[in-house]
Amino acid sequence: MEVYAIDLASADDNDLLEISREMGLNISLDRMKYLKQYFKNRPPTDVELEMIAQTWSEHCFHNVFKGDVVTEDGRIITNILKTYIMRATRELNKEWCISVFEDNAGIIDFDKGYAIAAKVETHNHPSAVEPFGGAATGVGGVIRDILGVWGEPIALTDVLCFGLLDTNYEDLPPGVKHPRYIYRGVVAGIGSYGNNMGIPTVSGAIFFDRGYTGNVVVYCGCIGILPRELYVRNTREGDFAVLAGGRTGRDGIHGVTFASVELTEEAEELRSAVQIPNPIVEERLRRAILRIRDEKLASGITDLGGGGLSCAAGEMAYRSGLGIDVDLDKVPLKAPYMTPWEIWVSESQERMFLSVPEKNLERIMEIFQEEEVEASVVGRFVRSNRVRVFSKGRVVCDLDLEFLFNPPKVTRRAKIPELTHIEVNLGEPRDLGEEILKLLSEPNIRSKEDVIRTYDHEVRGCTVVKPIYGDEAGPSDASVIKPLKDSWMGVVISCGINPFYPDPYWMAANSIEEAIRNNTAVGGRRIALLDNFVWGNPENEENMGKLLRAVEACYDFSKALDAPFISGKDSLYNESPLGPVRPTLLITGVGIIPDIRMVVTPNLKKEDNPIYVIGLTREELRGSAYLRLKGVDGGEVPRVDKNLSKKIIDMLVKAIDEQLVLSCHDISEGGLGVAAAEMVVATRGLGIEFDVSKIPSETRRNDYVLFSESASRFLVEVDGNKSRRFEELFSGIPFNRIGKVVRDIGLRIVDSKSKICELNSSDIKKAWRGY
Amino acid sequence: MNANRFKALVLRTGGTNCDLETKVALEELGVKTEIVHMNSVEKKNLLEYHLIVFPGGFSYGDYVRAGAVWGKRVLAKLRTQLEKFIEEGRLILGICNGFQVLAEAGVLPGNGVSETPSIALANNSSAKYECRWVWIRVENNETPFTTAMRKGEVLRIPVGHAEGRFLTGSEEILNELKRNEQILFRYVLPNGDDANGLYPYNPNGSTYDIAGICSKKGNVMGMMPHPERAFFGWQLPEWSGRPPERGDGWKIFKSIVDYLESYR
Repeated sequence: MEVYAIDLASADDNDLLEISREMGLNISLDRMKYLKQYFKNRPPTDVELEMIAQTWSEHCFHNVFKGDVVTEDGRIITNILKTYIMRATRELNKEWCISVFEDNAGIIDFDKGYAIAAKVETHNHPSAVEPFGGAATGVGGVIRDILGVWGEPIALTDVLCFGLLDTNYEDLPPGVKHPRYIYRGVVAGIGSYGNNMGIPTVSGAIFFDRGYTGNVVVYCGCIGILPRELYVRNTREGDFAVLAGGRTGRDGIHGVTFASVELTEEAEELRSAVQIPNPIVEERLRRAILRIRDEKLASGITDLGGGGLSCAAGEMAYRSGLGIDVDLDKVPLKAPYMTPWEIWVSESQERMFLSVPEKNLERIMEIFQEEEVEASVVGRFVRSNRVRVFSKGRVVCDLDLEFLFNPPKVTRRAKIPELTHIEVNLGEPRDLGEEILKLLSEPNIRSKEDVIRTYDHEVRGCTVVKPIYGDEAGPSDASVIKPLKDSWMGVVISCGINPFYPDPYWMAANSIEEAIRNNTAVGGRRIALLDNFVWGNPENEENMGKLLRAVEACYDFSKALDAPFISGKDSLYNESPLGPVRPTLLITGVGIIPDIRMVVTPNLKKEDNPIYVIGLTREELRGSAYLRLKGVDGGEVPRVDKNLSKKIIDMLVKAIDEQLVLSCHDISEGGLGVAAAEMVVATRGLGIEFDVSKIPSETRRNDYVLFSESASRFLVEVDGNKSRRFEELFSGIPFNRIGKVVRDIGLRIVDSKSKICELNSSDIKKAWRGY
Repeated sequence: MNANRFKALVLRTGGTNCDLETKVALEELGVKTEIVHMNSVEKKNLLEYHLIVFPGGFSYGDYVRAGAVWGKRVLAKLRTQLEKFIEEGRLILGICNGFQVLAEAGVLPGNGVSETPSIALANNSSAKYECRWVWIRVENNETPFTTAMRKGEVLRIPVGHAEGRFLTGSEEILNELKRNEQILFRYVLPNGDDANGLYPYNPNGSTYDIAGICSKKGNVMGMMPHPERAFFGWQLPEWSGRPPERGDGWKIFKSIVDYLESYR
C-alpha cells in the first residue's frame, strides 16, 4: 500500500518548503512550521498532508477574505468577508433570504412555496491551460453547486474575459496560449456542457483586453429552483456516506492548489490538474438527485468540486457536528493502482456526496441504478470530531476536524493606491455619428450573437426574455425565466461588470449599480446580488489595497441600494508572466418580476412616443469605451450617488408597474449615444430623434454628453398618453424629455436647432451586429 | 374538450432533456402523459398509448452520430412492438434528437422499420450549434400532425441543434418524399417564400429546406424545430403589450389531439 509518512519533525525551514513544493501542497512556510509543531509526536501521512493542503487552500478556505488585513494607517480589519459583504446582508435582514453564504449556493424565496438558488464560480486557471475542458467543467461544477442545495438547475450564465483576438504570436511569452485559441475552446466548452445538460444559457458578457492575455477569466453561474420544504440539511450519526456519479480518476489532482499558482510555462505540466467533462453523466446524476430529493430519501447533500472527496467529506461532517469514516476501497475508480491520497483529493467531475439514513439506502440505490448512475456507500457519519480514512483495512488519515477547519490566520498588508489625476486632452471630433458607429462595432460593445446562438437559450421552454432580443437580434438588458408552470412570476437575471474603471471603489460601485439597473430595466425588483472577485496576488500590497476598496464599496452600495449579497466567491492569485490579471469584479443580479407579461424590452414601440433620459450626465469618462477608443486615459471615473440611485431605481419600478414605460434601456458602456443606437438595433422601422441640449448634464461638450458613462441613467420610451403621469413620478429627480420615436430614420441627434448627425438604421445594425 | 382518454408516452434516456416541456405541452391539451426511461420501457405495453414522443436532447451524448445509439437501442428493445404500433396507425412524433433517432432507426421515412437509414441529419453547414427562431411553411396539412393549420401557412418555431442538415441517401429518395407528400415543413423566408438554402433562414443547410417529414402513411413524424418551445405566446421572441395566448407550436399538438378525437 502506497502511503508514506512525512517526517516534519526533523525538517528545517528549507526542507519544509521543499516538502510543500515537492508534494504540490502550496502551503506557506509559516503554516508548514505550524504543522511541524502540530505533528511533533507523530509524522503525518501523505494523505493527511494532502487533506490539510486542500482544506487550507485559498480556493477552499478563502484565507485572505477570512484573515486579517492591515492597512498603511494601522487599521486591522478581521475577516473582510464578514466585515463588509456579509454585514450588508445581515443589516438589510431580508425575510426573503433563506440561506446566504452558508451552503453551496445562496437561496432566496420565490413563489408558491418554491425558492431560487443561485451560484457563480470562476474557472480561470483550468481554462488557461485547457480551454475546452476548463470551461466545460466550470459549468459542470456550478451546476453541481445548485444540485448541492437540492436545486433543479434552470438557467446558466457566463461572463468571459479574453486577451485581444488579434494579438501577435511573437508578443506572447512561453506558457501563455493565444487568446484566439483560448476563446474558441472556452466558448465551445461552455456551449457543449450547457447544451448537453439541457440547461439554457441565458445571460452573460464577453470582454477583450490586454489585461486578460495571460489570465483568461471564466465566470460560470447557475440558477436553480427547489420546493422550500425539500431543502434538507440534517445529517445524523449513523447515516451512510454515499458517493454517486462519475468514477474517480487521476484527472483534476491538485486543482485547488493549482488554482493559486502563477501560470507559467511549467503550468502546462499541470494539465492533469484540469478535469475531464462528461455532461451526460451529470445529466443522469441530476435526474437521480432530483428524484431522491422529491422522495425525501437523503438527509444531506454536497457536491464534489475543488478538493474532491476530501473536501466534501470533511466539510459535510464538520458542518453537521459529526465525524466521518471513509473507506477508499469502496470508491469506484477510473484507473487501477491509484494511491490513497490521489483517490482522496482527485477532482474528477460529475460526482455528488450524500448522507443517507439506513432505512432509505436501498431505495436510493434503486434510483441510482434506474438512472444509470454508479453509486457506492463509501463511509459512515460517526459521533466524533475526526475524519478517518481507511485503505486496505488500515487508517491512512486521522485528523481532528476542529484543527483542520481552523488553520492559522493569514495576515495581508494593504496599500491603497492613489489614482493620479490625468487631464484629458482630446479635441472634439467633427462627426459624432461616425464615433457612434465606431463604438458600436468595438469588440467589447458589439453584439455577441455569433457566440450566443451556439448556446441553447430556449431549452426547457421557460425563457421569456432571451439574451438577444427579437427578430432584429438586439441587445437585452437582462434575461427573464418563467420557472413554474402555475405561476406568472419570473426570475430576472442580470450582470454588472466594469473592469476598465481604474478606481477599485467606484469600479465595484458601478458594477453593483449596473447589475441592478439592468435588472430594473426589464422590470426586475427585490434584487439579490452575487459577488465574484478575480484578482492578482493579494500578497502584493497594492493588489490587496484595491481589493479592500472594492469590498468596502460592496458594503456601501449593497446597503444603500437595498440589495443584499447572497453568495460569492473570490479567485485570487491570477498571475502570469504578463503580470496580474486586470482586477475584475462580476456582480450578478437575481431579481423577480411578479408577472412576466409585464416585462419591458428595449425595442421601440410606436411613432411619436416621447423619449426620456432619466438621471444626470456628468463629465465622467475615465475608463469609458469612448476614451479607450481614442487611446486616452484621464478625467474622472463615474461615481454613483447612493440616494439618487435608489430614488431612480424605485421610481422606475413604479413607472413600469403603472405601465407608463413601453421600452427601456440601461445607459452604460458607450454612454447615451450607444444606448440610443442599441434601441434602434432592436427595432424594425422606427428610430429615435433627440436633442442633446435637453439632456440633464453638467457638461455641454457634445461628445462628452453622448459618451460619458455616468451611473444611474436610463433611456425610456413612454406611452404618449401617459407622459404627464410619468413626469409627475420623476419630479425632483434629474430627467428630461429629449426627443421622440420617429419613423424611417435610425438615429437623428440635434443640438437645439442644428443637426449633429443622422444615421440610418441599417448602418447602425451593421455596425453593432456585423450584418 | 376532453382529451383525457388519450395517453402519450414520452420516452427518455440518459442525455434526453426536452421531455418535461413536451409533457407540459401535451398535458395542457388534456393528454395523459407519462415520461418513461428506456430502462423501464419493457414494463410498459406500448399499445396502451396513442402517441409516442421521442423528445429532444443529446441521447447518450450523441457521441457517435446524433441519435445513432438511441436509434439502435430502440430497435433492439422495441422493434416488434413498435412495428405493431405503427401498423395500427398510432402516432409517433420525433422532435430534434427524436427526429434523429427515428431517422437512425430507419422508422422514417419508411413505412415501418427499415434495416438501413435512408435519410440523415448531418452537421449543420454553419459548422456550429444554432439556437434561433425560424420560419417554416406547412406543405401538407392532411396528416395527423398538421390538421390544425392551413397549407402554405408560415409557423414560427425555434431550432436548437448542431446536427440538423437533412440529407437523403439518393435523389430518388427525395423525389419519393416529394411524390408522396411526406414533406410537412420547409424552412422559408419570413414572407413565406422558399429559403432556397439561404442562411440563416435555412439554419442548417438542409436539402430542399426540409424541416420535418412524415412516414408514407403519415402517422410518424419527425421535425428539427421544437414546437414545445413555441407552445405558449410568452415563449415567442418578440411581443408588444400582452403576449398572445399561444405560439405556433401549439397547432402541432392541437392537430394531434384533433386527429385522435376524430379517429377514435
